[in-house]
Amino acid sequence: MSNDVAIGLFGANGYDRVAQGVAGAGRRLAAELGGKLHALVLGPIDEPGLAALGGVVDSVVIAGQAELAEYQPDVYLAALEQLALPLEPAAILLGGDFYSQELTPRLAHRLGGASMADAAAISVHDGTIRAPRTASGGKAIAVDGLKLRPAVVWTRARSMEPAQPTGAAAPVERRALDLPAPVVRIVERIAEEQEGGKLEDADVIVSGGRGLGGSEPFEDLKALAKVIGAENAASRAACDAGWVPPNWQVGQTGKKVAPELYLAIAISGASQHLLGMGDSKVIAAINTDAEAPIFKHCSFGIVEDYKKVVPLLTEKLKELVSR
Amino acid sequence: MKIIVCLKQILDPDLPARDFRIDAAKREAVRGSANLVTNIFCENALETALKLREKSGDATITALCYGGSEAEDSVRKALAMTANEGVLVEREGGSNPDAATVARVLAAAIRKLGGADLVLVGRESGDWGVGQTGGLLAGELGLPSLAFVDTIDVAANGLRLRRQSDAGFEVAEAPTPILLTITNNEQNVPRIPKTRDVMMSYRKPLQKLTLADLGLDDEAVRSGNGAYEVVELAVPVKEVRCELVEGDTLEARVDALARKIATVVNGLG
Repeated sequence: MSNDVAIGLFGANGYDRVAQGVAGAGRRLAAELGGKLHALVLGPIDEPGLAALGGVVDSVVIAGQAELAEYQPDVYLAALEQLALPLEPAAILLGGDFYSQELTPRLAHRLGGASMADAAAISVHDGTIRAPRTASGGKAIAVDGLKLRPAVVWTRARSMEPAQPTGAAAPVERRALDLPAPVVRIVERIAEEQEGGKLEDADVIVSGGRGLGGSEPFEDLKALAKVIGAENAASRAACDAGWVPPNWQVGQTGKKVAPELYLAIAISGASQHLLGMGDSKVIAAINTDAEAPIFKHCSFGIVEDYKKVVPLLTEKLKELVSR
Repeated sequence: MKIIVCLKQILDPDLPARDFRIDAAKREAVRGSANLVTNIFCENALETALKLREKSGDATITALCYGGSEAEDSVRKALAMTANEGVLVEREGGSNPDAATVARVLAAAIRKLGGADLVLVGRESGDWGVGQTGGLLAGELGLPSLAFVDTIDVAANGLRLRRQSDAGFEVAEAPTPILLTITNNEQNVPRIPKTRDVMMSYRKPLQKLTLADLGLDDEAVRSGNGAYEVVELAVPVKEVRCELVEGDTLEARVDALARKIATVVNGLG
């Protein structure tokens, strides 16, 4: 077992914010362990992405073969295992997307390591790799000590500090792997309509909750979002009710977002929801209940029925916002 | 088709933050007056199994739980939701075994029950929420797996699955036996047991197994921290003072709100 750290990345995503955060966490952990940082790239990666990645890690190994063009769980698992094995890393860090979450425990089991989820940071204490994370739906912070190596951990990469350039271009190895045929086969990928970009990349989010009472009020929230160049999101209650698609969900089991402004409308602020948006720079709230927990977590807000506020607010913002 | 649904009993996650206490020395939540409930994603998994039984007709559903004696309530509730039979593996040692230990115990129990065509596990629990048990259990059983599934249909050569993804949904074809972790959607909201089914649940078989019955009577399982352990637990103190906008009229207050929002948004360029 080495003191090196490996990061598992999807080539298709290039050197995106997730890759930057994972690389940052990986570099800091590698420095503590006194080891090197290796990037394991699954699927082809474009040249600019590779160049940027190569500038922050010590080595890059790419499995870019055709079988890895699209994610298939069994094939990606086998590929990651094969890339990691010869390095004998002390830790393997992944991003926070669904695929990384799916791969984490399976990879740990194959490598005889310990797996952990949703780490906000990674450090070493008396030789044990530690990961702090939220527990009990955000009501507690737990620090887990991982007793087996490799520690396979998916991370809250998007809110982690990116890696600094090393000043050198890391060697790049392209490896052809002998991969199994998929047992489980993803045959269709359906992207839910989401106007604009990815929710996680949005700098302004307008989000609605249980208090909206149905799908119709979300039309007003969409209009408001359009005026200020925001994306729309929702709480679990609104998604569970079927008012909006599940990929709008922000919270413990939904997306983790950290925009410059998060406007929570008719969202009470249950700890499970706060877990998905608590890192936002500015949180603002519209809620009828002055005692709602959201008012303990926001910078400013209004205690009022959204029905009265939203149309008026949308008109005012049309005058005030130039976007 | 033989379906095993794994259940975890947890402290009610809806307990308000102001009533939530921890025992920092034991590094666990204090139960206090809070209820013990079945983890919601486990109930989503059970409901998914029940829907599948309705669609396919010939399935039997076993609810399997590793927990303390009070977890019998979770198994009983699963029977009241019309699972066919229940199994409780009685936990020994600490109340927070790591996911690797739980996976080992569940795997041994599933093997003792003669295996299954379909093993369903909730995507994560509302207490520790590490979401590792399903993937580790698949590894222990040597089964293929798929995570975040919300709909299961029987197809010509196995199963047709819908699962949630970052972009939306994915449809997958899979053989059995397989392990799936289940997430919530509007279709698998757990049913409320009917009074009659609650009464009937007491007549249904509920088998209790010990670790010794599973050949797992060892210290590693009892200590339950071979892969990881909670080394620190704290309640975060994070409260910001919220500025409620003021004004004599609704219009004035909304105007003040709009100006605050505009200041942030216009600053983004």
